[in-house]
Amino acid sequence: MASADLDFLEFERPIAELEAKIEELRYVGDDSEVSIGEEVARLQAKSRQLTEQIFRNLSSWQISQLARHPRRPYAADYIAAMFTDFEELHGDRAYADDAAMIGGVARFKGRPVMVIGEQKGRGTREKIERNFGMPRPEGYRKAARLMEMAERFGLPIMTFIDTPGAYPGVGAEERGQSEAIASNLMQMAGLNTPVLCTVIGEGGSGGALAIGVGDRLLMLQYSTYSVISPEGCASILWKSAERAAEAAEAMGITAERLAELGLVDEVIAEPLGGAHRDWDETAKRLSDSLSRHLADVEALDLEAMRAARYERLMAIGHFRE
Amino acid sequence: MSWFEKLMPSRIRTEGTARGKSVPEGLWTKCDACAAVLYRPELERNLEVCPKCDAHMRIGARRRLAVFLDAGDQVELGADLQPDDVLKFKDSKRYRDRLVQAQKATGERDALVAMSGHLHGLPVVAAAFEFQFMGGSMGAVVGERFVRAVNAAIEKKAPLVSFSASGGARMQEALFSLLQMAKTSAALGRLREAHLPFVSVLTDPTMGGVSASLAMLGDVVVAEPGALIGFAGPRVIEQTVRETLPAGFQRSEFLLEHGAIDLIIDRRQQRARLASLLAILTQAESPVVGVG
Repeated sequence: MASADLDFLEFERPIAELEAKIEELRYVGDDSEVSIGEEVARLQAKSRQLTEQIFRNLSSWQISQLARHPRRPYAADYIAAMFTDFEELHGDRAYADDAAMIGGVARFKGRPVMVIGEQKGRGTREKIERNFGMPRPEGYRKAARLMEMAERFGLPIMTFIDTPGAYPGVGAEERGQSEAIASNLMQMAGLNTPVLCTVIGEGGSGGALAIGVGDRLLMLQYSTYSVISPEGCASILWKSAERAAEAAEAMGITAERLAELGLVDEVIAEPLGGAHRDWDETAKRLSDSLSRHLADVEALDLEAMRAARYERLMAIGHFRE
Repeated sequence: MSWFEKLMPSRIRTEGTARGKSVPEGLWTKCDACAAVLYRPELERNLEVCPKCDAHMRIGARRRLAVFLDAGDQVELGADLQPDDVLKFKDSKRYRDRLVQAQKATGERDALVAMSGHLHGLPVVAAAFEFQFMGGSMGAVVGERFVRAVNAAIEKKAPLVSFSASGGARMQEALFSLLQMAKTSAALGRLREAHLPFVSVLTDPTMGGVSASLAMLGDVVVAEPGALIGFAGPRVIEQTVRETLPAGFQRSEFLLEHGAIDLIIDRRQQRARLASLLAILTQAESPVVGVG
């Protein structure tokens, strides 16, 4: 079981154990005369009940672990499930192709669109290749190039956010990480084409925002979005990364909390147990939501759409006067 | 009086009895860079630049704008805006208490001061971050004041100048603070559409969310000498890459060499050189500028 341990979170353990038992029974059942169908059904019901119970009261910290779940679907998985004719386009035309940022043209329910997403890797080799989903400036510049092209050809843009943050490295600084992010923010605010942004996993700070300015912000139920990681916040404000759970709570990083604060347009409910338990169902729900929002945004003419996007941005933040 | 005391010029002679009365506290200060002992009023006259080694020390937002803009017609923008702690954020301390403390310590309501005025006769709008106010961090008030500065510039058809000094987004305002990056950048997009120049002056330090938004969006990006400028902090990078960073990494001179900024201007020349630059970008007559 040691290798499987990496595949579930501590609070998922009881569910995982129960399901391992069901699998075992099924295996036995294949070549046994004893009917164990009833027992399997009973255990399945129990597993469902247990999952409901555990998922009813998740803490912010548990949700941030779900957002980083190793089996959670990544951008490429959603692209494969929700789009057809996807053609990945590479490179920033200046320095490199950043594998932590993917993008390209595709069809969404038949409709030509531009898709952009932050991509984590599975397995050690791919994780390293994708730099754990932490884009470098060339990733943001590739996204900028694709967005500019989308605008030119009248393609709506859909972005999928999933990053611990923009990469904090020497090369990234030398090549202007700040400038790359900043110019995306300005560009996206003014794009003459619909932009729908969805946080599918981790919305890590400026690295997430750099593909997150648009007409709609959607979040999957167990995704998070924050100004700094709970660990980072805890180590600065509490002087200890151990206090991450408190930091997660204080910052309000979950989809539900952010929707209450009026910062998110829709929270897309995940299947019982989280997106990783049923990729197809999650993709279907996300796809339905995206097509509804796209229709709403497109009901406005481009000028009105851009003005509405601007007003949304200007309205963010509370102060007294 | 000994022969030595008689020889000493009277202006540096300190008589036992007069000591403490005629020399106020903090009249002398030390330069962190060259360790020279400096006479405070002289340092102030020199705009907090060390007269011995030219090290640029931090300068308060209000003072910076007061000496940058022409005297006489400076009008503050968004002065009444006050932070509102909607998240009731509490870490080891309550955000509300941190705010009160910062307000008392700086006399400011938040970490950005914005003014409308003139620069050598050219109408301009200028904004400056107050680093002493919670590390110049950007929350909702900073974002809103910046946007008002942009709007004032558009209304006056005047250029905008901003002086950054910030550790980044204000964690205590969580996602609201992150989104100020988008808000300020979007407003600068409007300024750009109005064909009005934006000069961004990066001062020590300009990091994180401020650097990754408004600060790097200048038509012309200027830095003060020796300022720390970057996205991630040096300690975070060191922990990530597990190697010592090269000397001068993330300093103004390093950024200039890597093509990230346009130029480095000494604080004492900023008034004159930015006036001249802005006059060119706005197709105005060359301003009559003296030194400083």
